[in-house]
Amino acid sequence: MGILDVKNVNKNFGGLKALSNVNLSVRENTVHAIIGPNGAGKSTLLNCLVGKLIPDTGSVMFDGKSVLGRSPYEINQMGISRVFQTPEIFGDLTVMENMMIPIFARRDGAFRMHAYESVANESGIIERAEQVLEDMNMADKRHMHAAAMSRGDKRRLEIGMCLSQEPRLLLLDEPTAGMARADTNNTIDLLKQIKEERDITIAIIEHDMHVVFSLADRITVLAQGTPLVEDDPQNIKGNPKVREAYLGESA
Amino acid sequence: MLGLNKKDATLLIVVAALTLCAPFILNPFPTGSAMAQFNAGYPDLMQRFIIFGIFAIGFNILFGLTGYLSFGHAAFLGVGSYSAVWIFKLFTYNVIPAITLSVVVAAIFSLFIGFVSLRRSGIYFSILTLAFAQMSFALAYSVLSNPKFNLTNGETGLQVYADDPQWFHRDSLPDLPHLFGLSMRSTYSLELGAWRFDFNAGYYLCAVILMIVFYLAIRIFRSPFGMMLRAVKSNQQRMNYTGLNTRPYTLAAFVISGMYAGLAGGLMAAMDPLAGAERMQWTASGEVVLMTILGGTGTLIGPVLGAGFIKYFENIFSKINDTVLHNWFAFLPDGIEDFVVFIVHPFIGKGWHLTLGLLFMLVVIFLPGGLVEGGQRIGRLLKGKKKAPDSEDPEHHPKETPHVAE
Ligand SMILES: Nc1ncnc2c1ncn2[C@@H]1O[C@H](COP(=O)(O)OP(=O)(O)OP(=O)(O)O)[C@@H](O)[C@H]1O
Ligand SMILES: [Mg+2]
Repeated sequence: MGILDVKNVNKNFGGLKALSNVNLSVRENTVHAIIGPNGAGKSTLLNCLVGKLIPDTGSVMFDGKSVLGRSPYEINQMGISRVFQTPEIFGDLTVMENMMIPIFARRDGAFRMHAYESVANESGIIERAEQVLEDMNMADKRHMHAAAMSRGDKRRLEIGMCLSQEPRLLLLDEPTAGMARADTNNTIDLLKQIKEERDITIAIIEHDMHVVFSLADRITVLAQGTPLVEDDPQNIKGNPKVREAYLGESA
Repeated sequence: MLGLNKKDATLLIVVAALTLCAPFILNPFPTGSAMAQFNAGYPDLMQRFIIFGIFAIGFNILFGLTGYLSFGHAAFLGVGSYSAVWIFKLFTYNVIPAITLSVVVAAIFSLFIGFVSLRRSGIYFSILTLAFAQMSFALAYSVLSNPKFNLTNGETGLQVYADDPQWFHRDSLPDLPHLFGLSMRSTYSLELGAWRFDFNAGYYLCAVILMIVFYLAIRIFRSPFGMMLRAVKSNQQRMNYTGLNTRPYTLAAFVISGMYAGLAGGLMAAMDPLAGAERMQWTASGEVVLMTILGGTGTLIGPVLGAGFIKYFENIFSKINDTVLHNWFAFLPDGIEDFVVFIVHPFIGKGWHLTLGLLFMLVVIFLPGGLVEGGQRIGRLLKGKKKAPDSEDPEHHPKETPHVAE
């Protein structure tokens, strides 16, 4: 029993079998990487975990409770935060505001009618947001419009927004895609640090093997919608099936 | 001051000063002078400035913050007017209960319409609100006006008749809407040399209410709730995956803006105790959209400016006729005079819509931030161009973000 249990999940898009009989168990306080070639169904699987898609069959349990049929905001309130493959942030708002919103969401829940108080008086929220920005090395950008930042910075902001909620499960969809090498290494360091400092479970989809092997405690290889193998990193490297389906292909 | 930061407090004080001194500011030309027809300081028009200002402030809370473009807000204005007139007919000419009921009824109405319409976003939301408003118009115009059940008095419009019950009316009170005995029509005229300034009770009631609701709008803009509404406009997907339910946020914004519209409708009836179905027509809904965009969507003061601008044009330009034009251009040789009048003619009188349309196009194309942006540009020119645009003020740089249907 892991913190996240996926059992017999199937998902079809028209005739296309995007996921077939996926079983996956993510143990608490580990980093679980999901790798696989393009179109393997990795993002589709993630979408089934956060309420964006509903699997045709199967079950998804988080911490012993089913997430199926719940809306994304309810699933987030259960403790799952998600980073998207293309950064999803509040482009029209400042970096600071972007950081405050998830903290408000954690404190006040899915809806609160606080229309008469001033944001400027929310010192607790402001302090926390500033601290997370500091942790993300983004404090100097706090007054910038989020949309005006580089793609790498947007990604870091999005990761920071998710972390500020102190989720129990963090889902990352290719967090280093499109990042420069230096930024990628920063992200690895950041995630390593988070993993050591907090009780957090991370499920990460990644193409960059450097990232995968620096972070993962456990790896699942997905190909054509089916999990091929699930094993520890050192065993994955040598696995012939994986080489054939994935590593061989990209080499 | 009042829990506002310095900038907002200054804005509030400026708005208060302008509204309180409006009878002076709007009557700059001596009565009887050739320019007197550009004076806008008569009670009827000043009241309208304020009332439509309130309407637009409320509309902007929905449209400016969340980006949801309603094409049916005139329905709430109309509902507000009908509610107020019913209070006048049944109970009393005192405007307080009338205005209160306008706001309450508009809130209930907008809760229902918003609940249904907000199931969709983008263009579908706009069409749904338009459909509701046109249904309300049809109801008011004919369906709810028949001998058995006459709620709206159809084409004629709802008004107060001598045989209406008016249970709480006493003979000592004015036979017109009043505030604890002070008639809304009572006006004190100050003659200063060639100038005349009108101080009207109804206008000042509207002005005080405007200041209150403008203050509340500032509070909403600066609140966590207001920030959430801007987040809705920016990225609903991110909101959902951040644990926020967007539906109640948008619904709350919709109801608040509906209440502002109802308040405006109630005040209209309080200034002139009748209500007609045409107040709910789609052209009226479109007008408030124009006001908001013209003034500056998502800014605090923009909608008020836009409302004033449009109402000024409607009332002043529409009154200029050919005789007036001939007077102005009398100094020109006859043939040229006729020619100039011929050219200008389509843009005045009934043609004021044409002028307004042209101005609207110019503003939207060259000043996407509306009159407020124009003001800011002028301000920057005056201050010297060194200062970069304020990046701390996101709502002053509204961007078009289309709502993708969920
Ligand atoms: N909403 C959808 N409708 C139809 N087909 C879809 C949809 N989403 C994904 N697919 C298809 O399902 C398959 C799996 O897609 P998915 O995005 O999960 O792959 P992935 O493993 O994330 O790939 P990548 O590494 O490129 O991100 C692909 O063939 C894709 O075209
Ligand atoms: Mg993907």
